[in-house]
Amino acid sequence: MTARRWRPALLLAGIVLLALLPLLQVSVPGVLPGPTSTAGTLQLLAVCLLVGALALTYQLLFGLAGLLSFGHALYFAVGCYVFAIALNTWQLAIGPAALLTLAIGTLTALLVGAVSLRVRGISFAMVTLAFAQAGSLLVYRNFGGYTGGEEGLGLTSANLPGSLVGVVNTENLYWTALAIAVLVYVAVAWLSRTHAGRMMAAVRENDLRVQVIGVRPYMVRLIAFVTAGALATLVGMGYVLVNSGASPQVTTSNFTLSLLVMVVLGGVGARWGALLGGVLYTLLDQRLAVLASSPQITSLPGVLRVPLSQPMFLLGSLFVLVVLFLPGGLAGAIGRLAHGTEPLPAPPGGHATKGAADQASIAST
Amino acid sequence: MNILTVRGLDAFVGGQQILQGVTFDVAATGVTALLGRNGVGKTTTLKAVLGLVRRRGEVMLGGRRIDEERTHRIVTRGVGYVPEDREVFARLTVAENLQLAARTDRSRYAIVDQLFPELRSRARQLAGTLSGGQQQMLALARALLNDNRLLLVDEPTKGLAPRVVGEVADALAVAARQVPVLLVEQDLRVVARLAHDVVVMAEGRVVHTGRAAELLADTSLVQQLLGVHREVPAGERGSDSAPGAPGPGATSAVARSR
Amino acid sequence: MSTVVLLAMTGLGLGGLYFLVASGLSLIYGLMRVLNFAHGAFLTVGAYVGYQVGTHVGTASSWPVFALMLVVGTATAALFALLTELLLVRRLYEREIEQVLVTVGVGIGAVALVNGIWGADSLSFPAPGWMSGTTGLLGAQIPNDRLVLIATAACVLGGLLAFLRWTRHGLIIRAGVENRAMVTALGIDVRRSFTVVFVIGGALAGLGGVLAALYNGSVAPGMGDSLLIFAFIVVVIGGLGSIAGSAVAALVVALLQQFTNYYAVSGLGDFTVVLALAVVLLVRPRGLFRQTA
Repeated sequence: MTARRWRPALLLAGIVLLALLPLLQVSVPGVLPGPTSTAGTLQLLAVCLLVGALALTYQLLFGLAGLLSFGHALYFAVGCYVFAIALNTWQLAIGPAALLTLAIGTLTALLVGAVSLRVRGISFAMVTLAFAQAGSLLVYRNFGGYTGGEEGLGLTSANLPGSLVGVVNTENLYWTALAIAVLVYVAVAWLSRTHAGRMMAAVRENDLRVQVIGVRPYMVRLIAFVTAGALATLVGMGYVLVNSGASPQVTTSNFTLSLLVMVVLGGVGARWGALLGGVLYTLLDQRLAVLASSPQITSLPGVLRVPLSQPMFLLGSLFVLVVLFLPGGLAGAIGRLAHGTEPLPAPPGGHATKGAADQASIAST
Repeated sequence: MNILTVRGLDAFVGGQQILQGVTFDVAATGVTALLGRNGVGKTTTLKAVLGLVRRRGEVMLGGRRIDEERTHRIVTRGVGYVPEDREVFARLTVAENLQLAARTDRSRYAIVDQLFPELRSRARQLAGTLSGGQQQMLALARALLNDNRLLLVDEPTKGLAPRVVGEVADALAVAARQVPVLLVEQDLRVVARLAHDVVVMAEGRVVHTGRAAELLADTSLVQQLLGVHREVPAGERGSDSAPGAPGPGATSAVARSR
Repeated sequence: MSTVVLLAMTGLGLGGLYFLVASGLSLIYGLMRVLNFAHGAFLTVGAYVGYQVGTHVGTASSWPVFALMLVVGTATAALFALLTELLLVRRLYEREIEQVLVTVGVGIGAVALVNGIWGADSLSFPAPGWMSGTTGLLGAQIPNDRLVLIATAACVLGGLLAFLRWTRHGLIIRAGVENRAMVTALGIDVRRSFTVVFVIGGALAGLGGVLAALYNGSVAPGMGDSLLIFAFIVVVIGGLGSIAGSAVAALVVALLQQFTNYYAVSGLGDFTVVLALAVVLLVRPRGLFRQTA
């Protein structure tokens, strides 16, 4: 109970602390490449924040609204690529470029969502996959030479404000990433408390619950879909700034799957779980290669060394363990340890899928 | 000794609790009818006995507890199931449907052929192309194929024409001579013909048990417990009979002997 | 004309490959309602084990060795599938989303392991010399490896249909795809069929993996990913749970892809296929063959 009351204060304190990091010399050896005032570490942290924010947008979609989408990466990719193209090829200034990208991303989400949400369940997942795959193909095939194909698209700095260019300004990029992450968190948290957000949670379990009060489940889901997509686009823009370019890897279904991994790993029912999952994933992904070349690891026999030097193997195994034994994810486990509260809910559909078969028999009792 | 003993059975469907502490017995011979208005939990009770829905409580088959066991295990202990809506496998042939149901080599095809000659002639026909009545026969045949100790039969006459209702009742009567049956049924004339005992449910609980004949003779009790009873679809039978006392028209269809 | 024949035959070959991968997926989904995201990993493992056999046993590029590669690759993938089902998927019975998630984890982890053991670069796949030759057919020269694919896929199709039609296990699977609960209500332990189906799927994926490596001339850790997407598309278009549907859909998808890639813009074929999926799903959410309830 008290934890709830303290939460806004804790959050604020956390944000302030994160904002101050570039000015401090916090070192976490092994995990961070250097003290937090160095460019390399700030870059890593910025990416962590953005990936965490992206995971949060997926949590909105999957955790809150119960929509298992395999194509969420598409809107993030739109954020990356359209922004880069707008700055490079169309020579827009940063403000108009950002607005244009956001508009296109939101529109894409609206169109895809309007079409995909006409079906449910596995069909919905497959349709979203299909659309994202189409987008991925567009990027990889480099139609019109816009996207740079397999090599990705580097960001030319001509139209960027000077404060965002160059290694010396990494802390500005870090703060931009932090600002985006905070914005996304606040947006998602606020949304889940509004009427719309409660409708989304209701519709996740059972369409009937909102239909009886005259609300169309389709509209509720569409709003969730578009919001998540728009926020993902925003995160994408930050990502391309921080990385000085867009890479086609973010358009793949593997990338959306990794979002799924982050969210479930962190805990589907908790917002901060998604953030935790995103940060953990990024850290493991980025840092494990360095760790793997440390003497402790290289001296191990091949049987141990090979699996331990592959971040995806560790993540995959951890993920499997979490799914089997910790349905509430890491956040759920931590919550239980800290407060002794009830475990967080398992991924949506845990009851619904079982219930779906039984639903047919409700009418016949 | 009772073949089936149910004590304090709770059952859950889709997160909702449908059965609350259901308690009743099924005698080792004859037909026990499970009655009640729509939606009280009759089908769920059968499913709970079989473990097809989430349940807790005590269920004993011939003195042995089956409430913790999985469905297929319970069935192999000798329980035959004829579900509501038949649930035959539409894309399998009649013969394949029976083949699937046969649990041992000693399955009683002879008896099934005798009772349901029409099925025999349609052995290679896809079950999905059978008429409603034929599908019902197939569903019954599936249950009679094996040496079962108990049959759970759910609304076998639902949606069938009166002549077919009679045939189904005939088949059940033959079956009931050898195996006890727990029968969910809305058609009271079928109940009157076949059932020895009745268990009446309301709102997920058992509210009345006793002899079938006694219940059906008490028209006000029937009205109270079962509301407006449904017999044959309107237009097929006249307004006739007080419940429980089949009029002359009804008798000929239901009581026709083989 | 010979171009058309060539395109048609290579399309058939590709379709055969899609069918091999998709048929297992289709059965697994039809019976177990599980979207097996580890299927791509089964494929990759089969291919790499085949590669390992091919490069370390006897004379590379000889027929007996190739046969051994096929057998060992298929068997390894089958074993991998067996372990996955017994140890992981089974524990999550009735929790279908979690079953899907667990296969995602296995897929990610297994591919990473392959990456760690053999490296991220693609490796050249050893095959008998005849494979890179061609055979004349109707005025066109058809690459022999495509013919192998077509022949294998045809045999598998026949074998699967026979298995489903003539064996008791096949009967149980056909019924289970239609109505799983009723199968258990007939006293049959449907979970055993889950394992059978998962293993069959794994074996077919492994076989598909070795043949995909043959088709591409190489193995790479990411080889399962793109094939898996196409396999999913084929499964959904063909109707989840239908073998015949997968076969037809595999052909349609492959031919569409080949012809569009050639006659229109290269790359447009893939795009068209993906769009076809979206269209089919929106018009007929159950796929073209409407097998499952």
